[in-house]
Amino acid sequence: MTAQPVDLPRRRVGLTVDGEPVAAREGDTILDVLRARGADTPTLCYADNLTPVNACRVCVVEVAGARALVPSCSRQVEEGMEVRTDSERVRHSRRMVLELLGSSVDLSRASSELGGWMEGYGADPGRYSDDRANVAQPPKIHDELYVRDYARCILCYKCVEACGDDAQNTFAITAAGRGFDATIATEYEVVLTESACVYCGNCIGVCPTGALIFKSEFDMRAAGTWDPDAQTVTRTICPYCGVGCNIELWVQDNAIVKVTSPLDHSVTNGHLCIKGRFGFQHVQNR
Amino acid sequence: MDAAATAAERAAVDALLGPPAAPDGHVAFGGFHRAEAQRHLLLPALQAVQSAIGWISPGALNYVCERLIVPPADAYGVATFYALLSTEERPPIVAHVCDDIACIAAGACAVAGGHPSPCLGQCEQGSAAFVQVAGGEDFVIAPVSPDQIAAALAGEQPAPGRRASVRHAGALLRRIGVVDPDSADSYRAHGGFAALARAREQGPGWVIDQVKASNLRGRGGAAFPAGVKWEACAAEATRPHYFVVNADESEPGTFKDRILMEEDPFAVVEAAAVAAFAVGAERTYFYVRGEYPLAAARLRAAIPHFEGFDAEVRLGGGAYICGEETSLFNSVEGFRGEPRQKPPFPTTAGLFGKPTAINNVETLVNVLDIVIDGGEAFAAIGTQQSTGPKLFCLSGTVARPGLYEVPFGTTLRELLELAGGVPGDLRAVLLGGAAGVFVGPDRIDVPLTFEGVREIGATLGSGVVMAFDGTVDMGAIARRIAAFFRDESCGQCVPCRVGTVRQEEALGRVLAANGDRAEHAALIDDIARVMVDASICGLGQTAAGAIQSAIRLGLLDGSQT
Repeated sequence: MTAQPVDLPRRRVGLTVDGEPVAAREGDTILDVLRARGADTPTLCYADNLTPVNACRVCVVEVAGARALVPSCSRQVEEGMEVRTDSERVRHSRRMVLELLGSSVDLSRASSELGGWMEGYGADPGRYSDDRANVAQPPKIHDELYVRDYARCILCYKCVEACGDDAQNTFAITAAGRGFDATIATEYEVVLTESACVYCGNCIGVCPTGALIFKSEFDMRAAGTWDPDAQTVTRTICPYCGVGCNIELWVQDNAIVKVTSPLDHSVTNGHLCIKGRFGFQHVQNR
Repeated sequence: MDAAATAAERAAVDALLGPPAAPDGHVAFGGFHRAEAQRHLLLPALQAVQSAIGWISPGALNYVCERLIVPPADAYGVATFYALLSTEERPPIVAHVCDDIACIAAGACAVAGGHPSPCLGQCEQGSAAFVQVAGGEDFVIAPVSPDQIAAALAGEQPAPGRRASVRHAGALLRRIGVVDPDSADSYRAHGGFAALARAREQGPGWVIDQVKASNLRGRGGAAFPAGVKWEACAAEATRPHYFVVNADESEPGTFKDRILMEEDPFAVVEAAAVAAFAVGAERTYFYVRGEYPLAAARLRAAIPHFEGFDAEVRLGGGAYICGEETSLFNSVEGFRGEPRQKPPFPTTAGLFGKPTAINNVETLVNVLDIVIDGGEAFAAIGTQQSTGPKLFCLSGTVARPGLYEVPFGTTLRELLELAGGVPGDLRAVLLGGAAGVFVGPDRIDVPLTFEGVREIGATLGSGVVMAFDGTVDMGAIARRIAAFFRDESCGQCVPCRVGTVRQEEALGRVLAANGDRAEHAALIDDIARVMVDASICGLGQTAAGAIQSAIRLGLLDGSQT
């Protein structure tokens, strides 16, 4: 039996999207409406299990009466709202956001969706000068569980949120510094083992660009043995305690190479603890 | 992170927060609610350490975090956001020397021994340094010479002495230079305290009606009608309400609010008390930029003279972005000064998430005469859409830089003539500061009103009128503006964080002219559009205007800087 959450009834709100009338419910975001319509709306800093931070601006849409474009991920629908998702202004801003990120960050391990958006919007990161500023830096490898490869960081704040009050309430990392020099950091850049980090791996779970990566995956990629096509995913229940977290075991060559949790699982909302995330070695002691 | 505070660091924090509770063997911290209630003390506590010790060590940060129940990483994120806080050890005396556009135009270039600083709000003086002294009082030297910087770094504090700044006064500036800024009696003798008395006699609704009738619009840059804002805040059922005075004046070329606060502090406080009364604010915050120590001290001294007015002065930490109202709220609340997405607007959910009205200093001071003479009398000054007197900050290559009060509708030519004209050929005027635009000499007859400048695609912004003749290297000016936005972008949203960097690089290529200028200018336009359309706040939305207008007007042609 699946638990069905019962919500208070919500008022219906009428709006138009690209000229077509649409019915939504009060409290829905514009993004909720666009997704229900099947529109492919790019998002980077948005995740279903995190509070929107409005930082990446790639999901912007045009709302009649608003001077600037608005982020669809956080803006709630209003009666009579006129939304445009495919105007030249919207396309330009989406293209430029993708292009600015592509010009400064290594996006080669981001999802394939991102590559599709870059192509679809015509983003051309190469048109900036060759000596342009970027965030290139060597990866931080300080322990056997995490690698922090900030040359790939788009500063979407997802890891900070997952570490903070959206999930783990550990607050080991923060956005530090300002402007283009802002980074994700611990206090005084101390290594994670000296910070408040509890190695739940939830920051890695939400990272959209591979800036945060499990050491096991990082090593296999470096060795050229990481092969997503050869991996199977098995959903099961974490054996450690009585909470009942669902976990997904990513298996390649009869060995677990990664553990995640389904976003839509009511117990975890995609988040785990160190035991569920990393405590699988005993399974494969051979 | 293991690190213990020194006795001196603990003493600096305890001086602000009081002594820590004696340990009684129980580990009970009061939990989330106590942590939440104390969070707003984070920036003041970090500033207390910075001021006493000269930098914030890991041990000091840990102690602040322990006292306030803030995670160390979180506090580090806040400490590294502000330019006046240092998380690395540095000399006990640091001189921040202005190398911004007004001082470039005035010919100052003496940064020797100091740290280059964005505009310090002393533009009429032509050069300036802000000196942070560990264990002592911070101070400003303006104008400043290389010898004075060297003396300051050696521990000397120069005797105060400065040129007159107010060049043309009307009603708004009538007390400046006349009233004793340290004396409540002097203020009373010059008509002080009457507006607050009258407001309290007539009631909040009456005050709001008068401000609405006056059509007073915001002088900080956004030109929003003050009465509308006050009415919306007053009508909110949620409690408490807050009133905030935005005194984080940081727009390059702007110094009007500093002069009002330094020379007529009682008027600023009285006007805030009237506003707080009108919007039903239980508490008021004055957020004064950290580089204005004299203004902050004078406001602090004036506040206790107003009975029944619960108010506090908070110092900024060296961040232009904190002049943006929602960034300012985050800063007061103890978070990084990153702007919030609007809506919700401050009148609904502002400081601490409560209904808040926030106004610029100059806007507020106008309220005193509105209460005394009535809104209609105020509305009769200026034009229909731009009512009242307006302060303009004149700097650059004018004969008499300084603060000028004129009625709205005065033309740019008349204003420049008041300032003694521009020696040599006028090449351009920057209206509105770095966030504004350049206009050419052909626009010199534009009436200075909100609607007048909008017609020529410009803005009054915060009242900056910076003139440039043929002697100024406009390439250097454009570069400094681009660097300013790169430095001051908070980094939260992509269009501004990366856009301001790419804009600066593209400008460099325009100036170096290696290749096709038009191509680089087109790239600047592409970057500008995403910054204007998709940035979270006004910083990104205005970061391209000056550069684009400089290119459009041909001001950079021939510049090789």
